[in-house]
This record gives sequence, structure tokens and C-alpha cells, in this order.
Amino acid sequence: MKPRRMLLAAACIALILPFAAPAQDETEKGLEKYRQMLKEDPWSNPGFLDADRGETLWMTPRGPKNVSLEACDLGKGPGRVDGAFAELPRYFADADRVMDVETRVLWCMATLQGFSREQLTTKPHPAGGQPVKEIGAIATFIASKSNGLAFAAPLGPKEKEMAALGEALFVRRSGPFDFACATCHAEEGRRIRLQGLPVLAQPEAARKVVGEWPGYRVSASHVMTMQHRLYDCYWQMRMPELEFGSEASVALVAYLVKQAQGGPISAPGLKR
Amino acid sequence: MRSTLVSLAAFALLAALPAWAQTSTISPDRIDAVIKSAFPNAPEDFKSRLLPDATMKDCTAHANNPPPAIAEAIQKSEAATIQYPPDGKFLGDWRKGEALAQSGYGLRFSDYPPTRANGGNCYACHQLTRQELSYGTVGPSLLEYGKLRDFKAEDAKTVYEKIYDPHVALACSLMPRFGSNKVLTIDQIKDIVALLMSPDSPVNK
Ligand code: HEC
Ligand code: HEC
Repeated sequence: MKPRRMLLAAACIALILPFAAPAQDETEKGLEKYRQMLKEDPWSNPGFLDADRGETLWMTPRGPKNVSLEACDLGKGPGRVDGAFAELPRYFADADRVMDVETRVLWCMATLQGFSREQLTTKPHPAGGQPVKEIGAIATFIASKSNGLAFAAPLGPKEKEMAALGEALFVRRSGPFDFACATCHAEEGRRIRLQGLPVLAQPEAARKVVGEWPGYRVSASHVMTMQHRLYDCYWQMRMPELEFGSEASVALVAYLVKQAQGGPISAPGLKR
Repeated sequence: MRSTLVSLAAFALLAALPAWAQTSTISPDRIDAVIKSAFPNAPEDFKSRLLPDATMKDCTAHANNPPPAIAEAIQKSEAATIQYPPDGKFLGDWRKGEALAQSGYGLRFSDYPPTRANGGNCYACHQLTRQELSYGTVGPSLLEYGKLRDFKAEDAKTVYEKIYDPHVALACSLMPRFGSNKVLTIDQIKDIVALLMSPDSPVNK
């Protein structure tokens, strides 16, 4: 990698960080400028450090069984990473479950490498400023290997059922604030405070943002995965802690990816 | 005869529902089971959050756009949950109300054990004062709310009811039921009513 450039990138990002909420418009402009820079030099996104870390984790023999993840089948055969993310979530016969990238990596680390599932799913997401955890780094690596491709998740009966379940969860209201995902993500031009709310219920809007996950989150200075994003949205909804790799989390990812079908993948993206 | 008309009307509305509301192939039991297993570590007093109450069930089933008969039934049952201030006064202290409108604290899993009172987080969704530029637009602007209503006493009562339980005025409002769901106390709601309805509140300047 190019550490000098990474440092430069980190400095740029620090400069565009919001100092106060009303500076948000400026922040958006700064982010846009930075996104432009990234197009010219994609390697200056600090999220690629985590993709690199993920690649090393993928290739290194580790865990109680001391094997690498190169026997892990992401859907295109053991060890095939290129283009695999574009076809997730999908049904895996060995696990008899539909899985998104993070759930699949968890499954491979537990079954192939012998890591404890419980340890991997306790505190699965980083606190602000901390680097993304191992599963997230590996997911970032896998996602980045589908860059430039369009989402084309298989839509067999099991995957379809999962996306339908995700849609049902998306509109389901409960909790002390009576929120559903749709409360915040179903209407055009809405904001929470100054944060724009993508209309994930509409394919055009979903196609623009879903492919940027996992993404480098500037305000927390770490890579955030899609499961982490959903965990955070349930936190705002005053619901309990979303279980990593739960059926609900996979179903929501399946729904979001179905909404974004045909949209481009550019991971890690750059988020507020 | 009357019931035939009602069911005809209900039928007509059902036909107008968005596709997902009619064709969702996922049974409610499956959804509830999936939700339960998504939050295996939910503390005991969070468990009730996993299941929707009758109003939320109806609103979800009708994509927040229920047929008139159901809307009316929701409005009636929600109205019965409102508790009014024992002293009959609806206006508290707008300064405290402004602090509550700013605060998003409370009821998140990271807010336990509580270290301060719950907030109303009104600015997340509404513009309220000219000074605060960081406001959301999920709900309408409430700028000059009292001034536009000539500070009428009956409007203070209406606002109290709206904050206590927004489903009385609009069956499937997207706004939280701050009173009925015990997010805010009667006194806190009075303070927020004062923020909207006092002539000296920054909302009306
Ligand atoms: C109370 C409002 C609220 C609710 C309810 C909510 N979200 Fe969000 N969501 C937000 C906000 C605000 C952001 C943007 C955060 C930011 O800009 O940092 C966001 C961001 C997202 C994103 C990333 C979008 C992007 O720009 O790439 C996804 C995906 C998402 N939410 C999905 C969901 C799902 C699924 C649910 C339900 C489980 C949900 N949200 C419920 C407020 C909400
Ligand atoms: C999650 C979003 C959300 C939050 C938080 C929220 N509201 Fe609302 N509010 C709405 C929406 C949407 C409407 C419009 C639909 C309706 O009337 O229910 C609304 C409507 C209103 C109205 C009626 C406006 C009119 O035209 O008469 C009042 C008054 C109001 N809100 C006050 C508040 C106050 C005070 C708070 C905080 C204690 C608050 N709201 C918090 C979303 C929200």
C-alpha cells in the first residue's frame, strides 16, 4: 500500500469533519469534493487499509484449526472472491440458510477455522474511532473485489422469501417510538436533523447508496458494515441490540440489495 | 345494510392498498418469531417492544393508510389513553420545553441505567425556532405555531393531545406517542406545549 497517501487522506478527512451541526452543508460539499478526489485516486480512501487487513486475514492460516479462509465458499466455489459479493445474499445448502457476506464469513470462521461463534458475535461492531472488527475487515475485502459490478443477487425461492421477509420488517412498526424503517426511509426529501434520509423503499435511491457499504464513516473514522448500520438504525428505533447474523438482519440486507439490484458496487464507500 | 356499506367501502380501500400490503407472503407469526430471535439478549423490560400493539398492527397492515372505519376505531381507542393535567393547565415553562425539544436522550439500549430525563427530540423531525438551524423535515415546520393560532387556549389543549398521542388527530401518524407510550411525563409535555404556545417563546418570535 501507500502509507504516505493514506496519511494525506486522513488529514483531508479531518479537515472536512463537521465542527458544529450547522456546518453540515459545508461538510456535504467537502465530502463531495473528497469523493471526486477518490474517483481520481481510489486508493486514498482509508477504508482500503481495512480491505487490505481483510485480505491478509483471509489468506493467513488462523484459528484453532489453523487454516486460512481460502476453502470458504462465498457462492462461486471455495476461495473464489472475485465477483462473489455481487451475488450475495444467497442460499447456501451447507448451512441451509440465506446468508449475506458478513454472516457467511462468520460461518466460515466458525466451521472452517474453529473460532467461537459466540465470541465473534459478542460486541461485533467497533466503537467510534476503533477499527472495524475482523469479520468487517474481511467483508470489506470481499466487497471491494466486486467493485465495478452491479448487484445481481440470485432470486430463487429461498432468496425471494428472504427479501419479502426483509420488506415486511422494513414496514413493521413497534417499540416505544412506534418506528419502522419506513418511518424514516420511505419519503423523498426528508431529513433527521440535518442528515438526509435515502428513500430505500425506492430502487433509484437504493441503487445509489447500498453499493457503498461497507463504507468508511468519516464521523466515526472507521469502516462501518451494513449489519452495523442496521444495528445503529435499530438503536435509534429504541429497539434492543440487533443480533449479528440474525435472520432479521440478513432479511433486511436481502431486501435492500433487491431494491438496489442492478446498481453499482463501489466498496468501501465514503459516508458522512 | 350499514355493515354491507362499511364492508363495501373497506373492500374498495383494500383494492387501493399498495401491493406489498396485500401480497406479503410472510405470515405474521413468522415475522414475530424472526423479530424475537433477532434480539436474543433483550432485557426483560424491553421484550414488550418486540411486538406491536393493536394500533401499530393496524397501521402496518394498511401501510399507515387505514380505511375510515379502522382509522376511526384507532382514533377512539387512542383518545381513551390520554391523561390530562390534574390542575387543568396546559402551559408549563417554555425554557424547559426547548431543552426537551433538543434532547434525544432516552430509551436507547445505551441509555440504561438512565442518567437523566427522557427528551422529546422534536428537532429531529421539526423546525421550531429560527435560532436552531439543525432541524429535520420528517414533520412540518412548527415555526410561529402559537402566533399563527392567536395563542388560543383551545389550541394549547389540542397541542397537548397531539404530543400525548398523535394518533387521535391522525390515525397512523408517524410521530411517537410521547404520553401514551410513557416517553414524557405530563409536566414535560406541558413544558413543550408552552414552547409552542407561549407568546414569549422563541418559537413565536
Ligand atoms: C428514526 C429514523 C430512522 C429509522 C427508524 C431508521 N433509520 Fe436508517 N438511517 C437514519 C439516518 C438519520 C441515517 C443516515 C445517517 C447518517 O447520515 O449518518 C440512516 C442511514 C441508513 C442507511 C445508510 C444509507 C446510506 O446513505 O448509505 C441504511 C441502509 C439504513 N439507514 C437502513 C435502515 C433500516 C433497514 C431501518 C430499519 C431497521 C432503518 N434504517 C431505520 C435514520 C433512521
Ligand atoms: C419521528 C418524527 C417526529 C418526531 C420525533 C416528532 N414529530 Fe411531530 N409530527 C411528525 C409528523 C410526520 C407530523 C405530521 C403528521 C401528523 O400530524 O401526525 C407531525 C405533526 C406534529 C404537529 C401537528 C402540526 C400541525 O400542523 O398541527 C405538532 C404540533 C407536532 N408534530 C409537535 C411535535 C413535538 C412538540 C414533538 C416533540 C415532543 C414532535 N412533534 C416530535 C413527526 C414527528
